[in-house]
Amino acid sequence: MLGYYCLLALYSFKRNRIITALMVLAIGLGIGASMTMITVLHVMSGDPLPGRSTQLYVPVIDPHPVSNAKTKDTTPDAAMTWTDAMYLLHAARADRQAAMAAGTLPVQPTQAALHPFFEAGHYVTADFFPMFGTPFRAGSGWNAQDDQSRARVVVLNADLNRKLFGSAPSIGRNVRLKNTDFRVVGVLDDWQPQPIFYAQIDNAAFGSTDQFFIPLQTAQELNFDFSGRMWCWDNGGDGRASDHCTWLQFWVELDSPAKAHAYRDFLTGYWRDQQAHGRFPRLPDAKLFGLMDWLSNQHVVPGDLRLQLWLALGFLGVCMLNIVGLLLAKFLRRGGEISVRRALGARRRDVFLQLGIEAGAIGLAGGALGLGIAELGLWSVRHRPDGYAHLAQMDFSMLLGTFLLAIVAGACSGLVPAWRACNVTPALQLKTQ
Amino acid sequence: MSLPPIVASLTRHKLTALLLMLQVGFTCAIVCNVAFMIVDRVQQLRQPSGVAENELVLIDSTDLDENAQPLVRHDADLAALRAISGVKSAAAVDAMPFNHRDWSNGIALVQDGPAPATATAFNGTPGELATLGLHLIEGRDFLPDEYVPLGSAHDWNGIDRVPVTIVTRALANKLFPGQDALGKAIYPDEKPVRIVGVVDHLRRPQAHESADNDDATLFPMLPDANDVTYVLRTDPQDRERVLKQATDVLNHLHANRILRHAQTFEQLRADFFHRSRTMIALLVAAALGLLVVTALGIAGLASFWVQQRRRSIGIRRAVGATRRDILRYFQWENFLIVSIGVALGTVLAYGLNMLLMLHDEQPRLPLLYLAIGALALWLLGQLAVLGPALRAASVPPVVATRSG
Repeated sequence: MLGYYCLLALYSFKRNRIITALMVLAIGLGIGASMTMITVLHVMSGDPLPGRSTQLYVPVIDPHPVSNAKTKDTTPDAAMTWTDAMYLLHAARADRQAAMAAGTLPVQPTQAALHPFFEAGHYVTADFFPMFGTPFRAGSGWNAQDDQSRARVVVLNADLNRKLFGSAPSIGRNVRLKNTDFRVVGVLDDWQPQPIFYAQIDNAAFGSTDQFFIPLQTAQELNFDFSGRMWCWDNGGDGRASDHCTWLQFWVELDSPAKAHAYRDFLTGYWRDQQAHGRFPRLPDAKLFGLMDWLSNQHVVPGDLRLQLWLALGFLGVCMLNIVGLLLAKFLRRGGEISVRRALGARRRDVFLQLGIEAGAIGLAGGALGLGIAELGLWSVRHRPDGYAHLAQMDFSMLLGTFLLAIVAGACSGLVPAWRACNVTPALQLKTQ
Repeated sequence: MSLPPIVASLTRHKLTALLLMLQVGFTCAIVCNVAFMIVDRVQQLRQPSGVAENELVLIDSTDLDENAQPLVRHDADLAALRAISGVKSAAAVDAMPFNHRDWSNGIALVQDGPAPATATAFNGTPGELATLGLHLIEGRDFLPDEYVPLGSAHDWNGIDRVPVTIVTRALANKLFPGQDALGKAIYPDEKPVRIVGVVDHLRRPQAHESADNDDATLFPMLPDANDVTYVLRTDPQDRERVLKQATDVLNHLHANRILRHAQTFEQLRADFFHRSRTMIALLVAAALGLLVVTALGIAGLASFWVQQRRRSIGIRRAVGATRRDILRYFQWENFLIVSIGVALGTVLAYGLNMLLMLHDEQPRLPLLYLAIGALALWLLGQLAVLGPALRAASVPPVVATRSG
């Protein structure tokens, strides 16, 4: 019987070739556009540090004066002053903690063949490596002692290491950054968390990752430029080491919710204590954001991409309305044929199955086309010059999602017309013919 | 043509007609909002930078010497750059529109007072105004004895020693609404700075809220960090050659440096707006896609209805209706459906706009867009229904005599 229904569906398609093709095209475009955007948002909302992300937190304390009227932007700002970051670092109330800032430095290779070039890296403190579980290919990070003694040591990422030393062992060799020699103590195994969660979240949150890491205190002593936003208030004094310029990022590791709770209390205590010293004029409101929570609060997925997703879904919705309407008109036009079948003994179920198969076939064909269009869409996203472009790949779950969406969309747009059409009253239809 | 028969006929296709109205409504709502976004973004794209865009080339230089003397280095570099044939003028600057190097200060009107505006500081060597091609609408350029070093190694303390400034018209209007800003003092830091000139536009290096994009101050402060941007002004057709020669000249003069971002100003601007242009293209594609799908839906449905009603049409023709009457019937039917859809769409469009205002800080949708959206859909509907309606009109009366 099923084969016969398929044959009937085929005949029906043949009668309205153009409209059938357009229906398949419309549902294909809708599904393709939606799946492209769902996939892009899916990969961008991924966990940059699976397994560890639940234990990592960003403390937010706000030393700004009350008069600094906040703009409409309500994105939390976790940048810290040097004073506060160093206090939290040395208080060591968390399992691990690290302060950090981004920096782009000229690298001066010793090989004559290579010209000096700029490379992006991070100035961090010792716990950075064990806290984020950075994979080492050789060597290791440095310890708190090195931080204190402003050691001239560097951890390289795989790309820069390859560029400078090829495949030769590099531990113990020197790298000249700006005007200072640094001893290589560790080489990372191509560490590329996406997004680069630990940095200031901006347009460059996805894409090329840091290629060197040096101790923060060393960079501060050498007065190396950092890159990123710095917000100062009041006047006078050296900006970076002062207690009235926020520019540092701070992360803590807390392995239980109880500890997280205790740490927030500790922050509130610090806030109150500082108020006694004339700082932190705002009401104590210390916050602690978990990693994934932090990323969504920082809008790591650009608003434009969300808008693109809604547009695609809106398009799919209109396409589905379109197909429901067309199928309905098509099925109802065949009221006579359906009535004859019903009068000859076909049950409602049979008619429903017949029409359902016809509608389902359109949904399925549209879904298959949609998968192709989604691949095409992702291909075009990969050619955008944005940092997230290379992430736009369909994984297994997205592939499954596309099929699911196609089936759901096809079923939704087919079931209503089929249900409505199999409910025609045979006698009435036969009479009007 | 009277409406009652059309309405009566539509009530026999309630669900189908309703679906079509919904489709028109959603399309209208989305297209209105998308059109509004497109216009908004195109306007952002067109914002004037204030500089002579097609005559400028830029190159960033970072001196790697241990004990470099930036002021001396910049002077020597500029002299060599000016000697390149085709270079009309050259300047060393620390910021350019769209180059993302944004040093912004809160601008107060009294010492330690509140700051009604935040403005980007543009600093450069003498001749910056002429090289960039800024349009001075009031006052004068800086005098040679007004220049001081920026003091980048000392927390940019030049800002407390600089005597005068030139501001943009946007900033002048914001700080001194309804007054002449010329001669007034502003406090970008602790010390007063007197306004000696006003330029019509100077776009900030980074994107700010659209009302603040042109808030800029120019100071006679000499860049004295190791990294600096050289701006050269030349004829448009010489830009590529001058850029290449400039790279060679600078490398030849002093090799221990890194040159980056050698580009024309137009490239800089194009890169800055790249995302915006992609988004505009996607918005246009989405709007067109929606309109096409809706048009196809209308045409498809109309042609089903024409097929279904062939006999009734034949009977109407047989009892005296003209072809024109049949044509009009389908056109009126379509007009009715689209009108209800548009009415629904208006409500939906405002709902959507409200959602967008909440989440994306989109401004309120002006009525004009709704009018244009409605007009577009009416036109689209009539165009889409024309084919099927003509086919209906050509149904011969003899059909009435045939059975089903």
